Amino acid sequence: MIKGKFIDNLPKVYGIYTGGFLVFIILMAIAEQTGLMSAKAIGIAFVAFTVGIYAVIGYLSRTLQLDAYYVAGRQVPTVFNGMATAADWMSGASFVAMAGGIYFKGYGYMALLVGWTGGYVLVASLLAPYLRKFGCYTVPDFIGTRYGGNAARLSAVLVLTVASFTYVTAQINATGTIASVALDIPFEVAVYVGLAGILICSMLGGMRAVTWTQVAQYIVLIIAYLLPVFWISNKMGAGIFPHLMLADEVARIAELESQFGLGTIKNTAADLATVPKGLAGITKAHSSVNGTNWGFISLAVCMMAGTASLPHVMMRYFTTPSVKTARRSVAWSLFFIFLLYSTAPMLATLSKLSLIDPTLSTGIIGRSIADVQALDWYQNWNQAKLMFVSDFNGNGTLELNEFFMGGKAVVLATPEIAGLPYVISGLVAAGGMAAAMSTADGLVLAIANALSHDLYYKIIDPKAETAKRLIVARVLLVIIGFAGATIAAMKIQGILGSVIWAFDFAMSGLFFPLVLGVWWKRANSQGAVAGMLLGLLSGTAYLIWVRNGGAGFWGVTQLTFGIVGSAVSLVSMVVVTLMTPAPDAKTMAMVDEVRIPSGKTVLGRQH
Amino acid sequence: MSKQSQHWEKTRGLLFITLAIWFVFSIGIFFFGTEMQASSFRPFGYPLSYYMTCQGSLLAFVILIFWFANRQEKIDEEFGFSEREDD
Repeated sequence: MIKGKFIDNLPKVYGIYTGGFLVFIILMAIAEQTGLMSAKAIGIAFVAFTVGIYAVIGYLSRTLQLDAYYVAGRQVPTVFNGMATAADWMSGASFVAMAGGIYFKGYGYMALLVGWTGGYVLVASLLAPYLRKFGCYTVPDFIGTRYGGNAARLSAVLVLTVASFTYVTAQINATGTIASVALDIPFEVAVYVGLAGILICSMLGGMRAVTWTQVAQYIVLIIAYLLPVFWISNKMGAGIFPHLMLADEVARIAELESQFGLGTIKNTAADLATVPKGLAGITKAHSSVNGTNWGFISLAVCMMAGTASLPHVMMRYFTTPSVKTARRSVAWSLFFIFLLYSTAPMLATLSKLSLIDPTLSTGIIGRSIADVQALDWYQNWNQAKLMFVSDFNGNGTLELNEFFMGGKAVVLATPEIAGLPYVISGLVAAGGMAAAMSTADGLVLAIANALSHDLYYKIIDPKAETAKRLIVARVLLVIIGFAGATIAAMKIQGILGSVIWAFDFAMSGLFFPLVLGVWWKRANSQGAVAGMLLGLLSGTAYLIWVRNGGAGFWGVTQLTFGIVGSAVSLVSMVVVTLMTPAPDAKTMAMVDEVRIPSGKTVLGRQH
Repeated sequence: MSKQSQHWEKTRGLLFITLAIWFVFSIGIFFFGTEMQASSFRPFGYPLSYYMTCQGSLLAFVILIFWFANRQEKIDEEFGFSEREDD
């Protein structure tokens, strides 16, 4: 239909789309300035307009073909796949929670930035090109064919489901949070509104629809993230280009921290008990090294290995036309991710300084409590349960240790605090929605595809016809979406916490079986199964132990339990492999074939 | 030695170099957090430790992957294993 022409016209199509979006922002700004639309109407317009566009793209990309549904027909060009991967990758956590994490925890937390980018070096060099050559539809498809046997395939499906499901609940939680703020509806309802958007984007067209909506979502989210940061930086006179010019601001925060007695004035437990759940104060230094080297490195290592094992990312490189383009596409993905990640610490810096510097008009520390409580934006965000002040020492003045904020507020509230027009807040809400939706799409699809292709088609009913396979895939998509939304509505764990867990789960079970599948010919099915199952099991056991007050060892916390899981995985995989016979000649030849880029894929085009 | 194993030898060599550079920027330098912070070398005025975690290492990874992709393409071409372009 539009396929052939559409691919050729991509730059033009998305160019027009970007232009159209910018025009929409300007129209909204005019509507706000002339008083034509209320702040609430603008928020609704932003979310409705962007989600509407994704729905149209999702509908236009509907398909009845297997390779279009599973791997977007393997014709997504390098740069566009890079953008889609970046959107797939940058979740609600990256968009709404990461700058907040950096704001509260400073240097120690920025290990996530290093981990979530460094992992792409592993993806590019160890895995992506080889898995593309393999020609699989899903990650368990690779494990199942490379190692052979249903046990290996099933174990991979299990690890994938555990990791991705942990992750997807966090994303649906994020879409719900944003939708509830922007549309002013209760969270429990907003979660299902978010889910509806996610399903519209993915259900009819599978990977093809998700690819083209993700590109559109990347454009929205990157504009929504960068524009306010540049604006605030210029408005504060901090610098035209914040990334290179905030050194003075970073130094000023360190100066204020010691002036306000950060780390020396501590709140009593009784005082802290009055702070609403989920809010935190500034307790860690902003830029200076504030933890152990090992704490930083272990977190970075877990995020890197997790990146290389998360199926929804790997799956994106199955959609490129060739092995060469898969490799290049990883580089472009990281470039597009870099644009946002290098901006997050700058946003945290600007946000913190504008709140705590008494010499700035926006600063609230050192002002009287009554003044702060009378501020419009304070009242809004206090009502949204994302901000709280309390006069613990009874001196009538707000101190640094008396101000509490939710992590999400750093991204969502900073434009308003800095005095930017409301249109920017609407834009940020649309960006956050795009980020959370794009990742949720990718994850729901990864789980549903693994279950429909690997569990249903490959194991239960290998004779199923194309039409039936596609129906099963879609039914599973809806079921998984609803399961995710239901769990998200229960709010078990914060957004960022669940995301980090997902990385640790993926790393525990999949990292070594995937890497050794390409790089160690001798690796066999028994070893891989042992590696996946024992890795996942020991990682989970360690998490439960530490969560229930266990002391832990090697300085591994509940955020880095993947270190334990993957160590067990590696050892058990190697030991079991060496104790059992080497794989047969056919498998060895298959590995040789995977190692060279040219020639036919190992699995057929439709399988 | 066959063409294929020579190709793999070179590919593996490139992998080790890539992973060594990756190790330095993702793990190696962060063993020296406090030393970096005290360093008088301050890119754009930021403390070195702060700069590396929020920009320096990230940028190094982007450049590293582009460089890696180019080198691997050269290796593939050398042994005639590069794909025919039809995209």
